Amino acid sequence: MSTSHLDHQDFGRIINSTLADPHLQKAVYTATGRLMSHRRSAIAPHLLPDYQELREQARLVKLHTIENLDWYLEQFERNVVAHGGHVHWCRDAEEVAATVLSIARPRGVKLVVKSKSMTSEEVHLNDRLAEHGIESVETDLGEYILQLLKQRPYHIIAPALHLTRYDVADLFEEKLGTPHDTVIENQTRTARVVLREAFLRADMGISGANFLVADSGAIVVVENEGNARLSTSAPRVHVAIAGIEKIIPRAQDLATFLKLLARSATGQMLSAYTSFLSGPRRAGEVDGPEEFHVILLDGGRTKLLEDEEKRTSLTCIRCGACLNHCPVYRKIGGHSFPWVYSGPIGAILTPQFHGLDAEPALPFASSLCGACAEVCPVKIDIPKILLRLRSDIKESEKETAGHQFERMAFRAYAYAAARPKLWRRLTKLGARFSGPGIRNGASLPVVRDWLSQRDLPAPAAKSFRELWKERRR
Amino acid sequence: MKVSIFVTCVVDQLFPATGMAMATVLERAGCEIHFPEDQTCCGQPAFNTGYRDEAATVARHTMKVLQGSDYVVVPAGSCASMMCHHYTDLFATGTDHDAAKQLAPRVVEFSKFLTDVLKLEDLGARFDGVVTYHDACHSLRELGIKDGPRRLLSKVRGLELREMDIPEECCGFGGTFSVKFPGVSGGMARTKIDSIVRTGANILVSADSSCLMQMAGAISRAGLPIRTMHLAEVLASR
Repeated sequence: MSTSHLDHQDFGRIINSTLADPHLQKAVYTATGRLMSHRRSAIAPHLLPDYQELREQARLVKLHTIENLDWYLEQFERNVVAHGGHVHWCRDAEEVAATVLSIARPRGVKLVVKSKSMTSEEVHLNDRLAEHGIESVETDLGEYILQLLKQRPYHIIAPALHLTRYDVADLFEEKLGTPHDTVIENQTRTARVVLREAFLRADMGISGANFLVADSGAIVVVENEGNARLSTSAPRVHVAIAGIEKIIPRAQDLATFLKLLARSATGQMLSAYTSFLSGPRRAGEVDGPEEFHVILLDGGRTKLLEDEEKRTSLTCIRCGACLNHCPVYRKIGGHSFPWVYSGPIGAILTPQFHGLDAEPALPFASSLCGACAEVCPVKIDIPKILLRLRSDIKESEKETAGHQFERMAFRAYAYAAARPKLWRRLTKLGARFSGPGIRNGASLPVVRDWLSQRDLPAPAAKSFRELWKERRR
Repeated sequence: MKVSIFVTCVVDQLFPATGMAMATVLERAGCEIHFPEDQTCCGQPAFNTGYRDEAATVARHTMKVLQGSDYVVVPAGSCASMMCHHYTDLFATGTDHDAAKQLAPRVVEFSKFLTDVLKLEDLGARFDGVVTYHDACHSLRELGIKDGPRRLLSKVRGLELREMDIPEECCGFGGTFSVKFPGVSGGMARTKIDSIVRTGANILVSADSSCLMQMAGAISRAGLPIRTMHLAEVLASR
C-alpha cells in the first residue's frame, strides 16, 4: 500500500483565497491564456494537418501499452541492463527514497542536482534526501524558484506559472542578495551562476523521464533549458525516476508522441532539447555518467489497471494542456488541488491514487465543460471519468451517510420526476412560492449559494405546460 | 413531419417563452408538434451529481414518455446530450439499454434539427439588434454544434452577429457545480461577461436555457444593459 498522502486538506480554503487575490488571478489567467494561444497556433491545420490522426494513434499506442504493461516493462529492463544500466522496481514513495539513498550513501553523495520531475514531487524526494543530510538543488528555473519559496509546482509543465517577473525579482533580492532586477534574462543569468556551481560540484543527477522506450532501453527527457542534459551527464551517477505508465513500445512511436507533446504543452514544434539517454558512459566515450539507474514507480498506478474506463487515466503524457484550457483551473490555480497533479488530470488521478474519501469534493469541482478532453493529446475522456468518480463517491456515501440532505433531495426529485401528476403539482407550488420570499430570504442554502453570485430569474407567470394548453384550446 | 418536443424542466418553469418560440419556429418549418404531457426532466441533475439510481429512475420515465416519437426536439444541448449520450451509459445492459439506444438517435437539439434534419437555414425571421453567440459546452463538445446556429443567425434580417474572443469558454453553470462552488462558477460567468461586453453586442444568444439562466443572473447582478435570448426566440421574431 502506498504511504503517500495528500499535500493538504485545504481545498475549499485555498480556492477562496485564490479567487480573492486579483494579482494571482491575473497571473494565472494570462499565463494559461498564452499557452492556449501558442498551442492553437502550433496545431494549425497548415502546420499539422494530421493532428487528429496523431491523437488517435497516440491514444491507441498508449492504451495498448498500459494493457500490456508487464511485457513492455520487462523488455525495457532487459534493454537497460544490456546497456550497462540498472533498473529498480519501487512499489511506493518509501521504496523510491530508500532506493535513492541506497545508491547515494555508499558512493558518498552529498549534493544532488535535479531536473524537473513530477514523479519525484509525488514522493517528496527532496525532503527525504534532506533528512539524510543530502542536499538537492532543483535546476529547472521554475523549480529552482519554487525551491527557494518552499512551494510545490503550480502546474505540471510550468511550475512557477503563478509568479510574475516582479515576484521573482523580489525573491532573488531577498534570498540571493542580488540587486532587484525585473528583466527575465538577467534573472536567468543570476540563477545560472548559482546552478552552474551546483552542476560542477554534484555527485548525482536525478531526472524524470517523459518516455521509457521498451525496444531500445532508452529514456527520453524533453526540456527547454538544457538543465536536464547537464543533470544527467555531468555528475558521476544519473538516476531517472519514472512512473511505470511512461513506457512506450518502440522508438519509432516517438515520431507520434514528440509531435504532440511540445505542441500541446507549450505550443512549440519541439522542445529545445530532446535527450535520448541509454546507459552509462561506454568505453571510448568522453562524457556521460559512470552509472545509470532507472527507478520505476508503481505508487498506486497498478490499482487503476483493472477498470477499463479508468485505466485510460494512465495514458496521460503530462503535457498540461488540460490545465491551461480548464476554466476552473484558471480560476482556482494549482495550489488549491490537494496533490501535486492539478487541474482536470489531477482531479481524476487524485481520487484514484489516494482513495475517494481523500478529498471527496475534488471530482465535483468541474462544470463538465469538456475543454480538457477536447485538447488532450491522447484523448482521455476526463469528464466521463469525473462522472464515474462522482457516482463512486455517492455510492460510498451510502455507507458513510455523507451528504444526507442532498441525497434526500435527489431521492425526492427522482420520485416526483417519475410521477408526472405529482411533478406538475409540485412545480406549480414551487413557482408560487419562489417569489420574493425565497429570493430575498435565501432560506435554502442552495438558493443562498446561487444568490451569492448572481440573480435568480423571476418565475414565469405561467409554465410552458399551461401556455401550451391555452394555445391548443 | 411529426415532431415531439421535450421542453426541459428549466424552460417549462422559468423560460416558457423559449418553448413557445421553439414550437412556433418548428410549425413554420412545416412540423406537426406533439408535446408529451407527462414529460418532466431528463435526469441530468442527478446524473451529473453522481446519483445514478435517481437519474435512472427519471431516465426510465422519460424514455417511456418519449416512446413512439419519430423525433424529439430539445431546446438545450445539455439535456439533449444527456438523452442521446448518457442514457446508454447509465443503462449498461438489458431492456433499459435497448430503450436508450432506441431513443438516442431520435433526440435532436433544436438548432441541429433545423440545419441537419430539416436542412433549413432561412426561417424568414427578422430581428433588429447586435447579438453575440455563446457556444454551450455540451452542444459544442458533445453534439458537435458550432456553425449551425451561426448559419441560422446569419439569415435573420436586421441582425448583426459579433463574435466574442472566447465564444467557446464555459459560462460556469455546470448544474450543481454552480452552487457547490459558487465563487468559481460566478467568476467564470464574469469572465465570460467581460468578453460579451467587449463585443459591444447588447443581446446574448445561446441555444441552451441553463447557460442562459446563469448568464442572465450574472448580467443582472452586474447591472449591465444586455439581454439574453434563446436562439428559438430570435428565429421566431418577425
